Amino acid sequence: MTLSPTDNPSEIDVVSGDSERTADASGASDMEVRARRIARERRAAQSGRGRRTSRPSDGEDRGALSRADWRRPSIRWGMGGTHAVLLVLLVFVGLGPMLLLAKFAVTPTQDILRTPMEIFPNGIAWENLDKAWNDVEVSKYFLNTIWLAVGSWASQILVATTGGYALSVLRPRYGRLIQALVLSTMFVPAIVLLVPLYLTILDPPLLGQSLIDSFWAVWLPAGASAFNVLLVQRFFDSLPREVFEAARVDGAGTFRLFWSIVLPMSKPIIGVVSVFAVIAAWKDFLWPLLVLKDPDIQPLSVRLPSIEATTDLGVFLAALAISTVIPVALFLVFQRLFLQGAGLGGAVKG
Amino acid sequence: MTATTSPPPPPGPAHARPGGTGSAHRAARSGRPRSLATWVRGGGLSTLVFLLPLIVIFGLFSWFPIVRAVIMSFQETNLVTAPTFVGLDNFRQVLNDPILWKAVRNTMYFAFLALLFGYPIPLVAAVLMREVRRAKGLYSALAYLPVVVPPVVAVLLWKFFYNASPTGVFNTMLGWVGLGPYPWLQDASWAMPSLVLAATWAGAGGTIIIYLAALTSVPPELYDASEVDGAGLWRKIWHVTLPQLRGVLFITLILQVIGTAQVFLEPYLFTGGGPNNATVTVLLLIYRYAFQNSLGGDYGAATALSLMLAAVLAVFSILYFRLTRSWSTS
Repeated sequence: MTLSPTDNPSEIDVVSGDSERTADASGASDMEVRARRIARERRAAQSGRGRRTSRPSDGEDRGALSRADWRRPSIRWGMGGTHAVLLVLLVFVGLGPMLLLAKFAVTPTQDILRTPMEIFPNGIAWENLDKAWNDVEVSKYFLNTIWLAVGSWASQILVATTGGYALSVLRPRYGRLIQALVLSTMFVPAIVLLVPLYLTILDPPLLGQSLIDSFWAVWLPAGASAFNVLLVQRFFDSLPREVFEAARVDGAGTFRLFWSIVLPMSKPIIGVVSVFAVIAAWKDFLWPLLVLKDPDIQPLSVRLPSIEATTDLGVFLAALAISTVIPVALFLVFQRLFLQGAGLGGAVKG
Repeated sequence: MTATTSPPPPPGPAHARPGGTGSAHRAARSGRPRSLATWVRGGGLSTLVFLLPLIVIFGLFSWFPIVRAVIMSFQETNLVTAPTFVGLDNFRQVLNDPILWKAVRNTMYFAFLALLFGYPIPLVAAVLMREVRRAKGLYSALAYLPVVVPPVVAVLLWKFFYNASPTGVFNTMLGWVGLGPYPWLQDASWAMPSLVLAATWAGAGGTIIIYLAALTSVPPELYDASEVDGAGLWRKIWHVTLPQLRGVLFITLILQVIGTAQVFLEPYLFTGGGPNNATVTVLLLIYRYAFQNSLGGDYGAATALSLMLAAVLAVFSILYFRLTRSWSTS
């Protein structure tokens, strides 16, 4: 390992010596500040190193075409034109269906059926949205969806952070076995679980009461995500050990170390896992379809196909549009997080 | 995302101080705990408390059901009487079901079409998008937008687009250029390509982003060097870009095979397996065995078939894990 500011032993001495002096006097806030400082310096050092190795000399972030290439007219016009065509295609394919959906959501049903591609020949039917929200009770299913997402999120975060902490930082002797068992579940496709998991929910051991038609039937199994545990554990592995040492010297116990040091330092990975969790819960269809039989507690994804046949087409498309709003809004706000997560898919997702 | 190796603990006060919590932890980790009391004092109990949610949740909802699946595939389970062992009967029953081979063929056809539509398009799009100099974010946001649409909404929306009457959305648009009307989902030979088209629309954005991430890590000096050798744009793409993407291309191929082998949502919501079983897939068949059976769930047959599918997919997953493992450490 090359030398970076925090690998310098003298500085670590300063940090830990300093901590010993102030340990009893100040406590948490001081400890956290120090922890963050070490982490920050460490990160800076690492990213600096990364940049130096991957982008040597001129530091130009380039693809196959260099700046000189771009100055040639043939490339300039050829590639520029190709990009314009690509953009038009992307708008047509990516945005087009969304725009159509938005248009149909406020188009009278008769117009949708007769002249789908004409722009509001007989006015706008705002009442579609109102009917979908109130009469078809999309509001209720919307709330159910949010509840399912929140609960699944909480269970995934709880399992992934506590488990990741134990496996990465505390490292008990039996940790390797547990880790192997967790990882091995990634080789098992979800379909294998479908029937036995359904029967487990139908008659859970120890509980003596069926979880069918209860949100717990969705929340609890959501926590068993090996991908999350792996992701969080890898992140914890990359946290600087000297922070933990310093905190322990300051008298932080296992719980304090977790709550005041590890969790505050893990905001980036918790953000990634959170976005994955909420989106996955929003998308989930088959599992809630199986375990939530009562229409009153079904999420949108389960409810939409079953109201399709009995609902006025304009109102139904308005319901589809409403169900799309939240995920799309989340995407627009957390774009960077989404795209990073998707890029990650090639590296670890199973 | 590589895990950095942590430096050895620094020599200093942490080791020198006797009796503190720090040294207690270390004692528990390095030395064998002598009794329950020392184990608890050494932090063993609190470690276990932290592992408890993981053990309970994975135990109940992952490990136990996996083991149960294996057992159930050799049993006759009907929820009324106690399950009885029937040997390989479930497997025999599934393999003798004429619909199984139809479902396997359909699934392979789906996978083949998904590769045909969904493999080259994201690659070409990503290579072109890598060269974009202005508003890069706009391109990737547009490409990724269909991925964030909830799959159920996407399928129901496309189902409406696929309306086979001349006033259906797609038929109207194709009518502008003098094509159609086409039967889309109503016709046995059109149904599967229609399903794949919708699935490709919903999934291509994710693959594009994966390729883009891989493209940014192509070392620029390789391009510099090839320019010195006088390579033009096409030769740079052929001799530098594509070889550098070899690994990720293989990974997305495996991911796509694993994903398409488990396709359920599209056939279930678009066509329900019809017309005339033309879109029944293996997963849909498993679902039918277990949950759409008028005689009560045939859980044994469902788990037997899902285990057989899993065995086939395991080959691909193992390949995938070996690859990603060697990628992340290099």
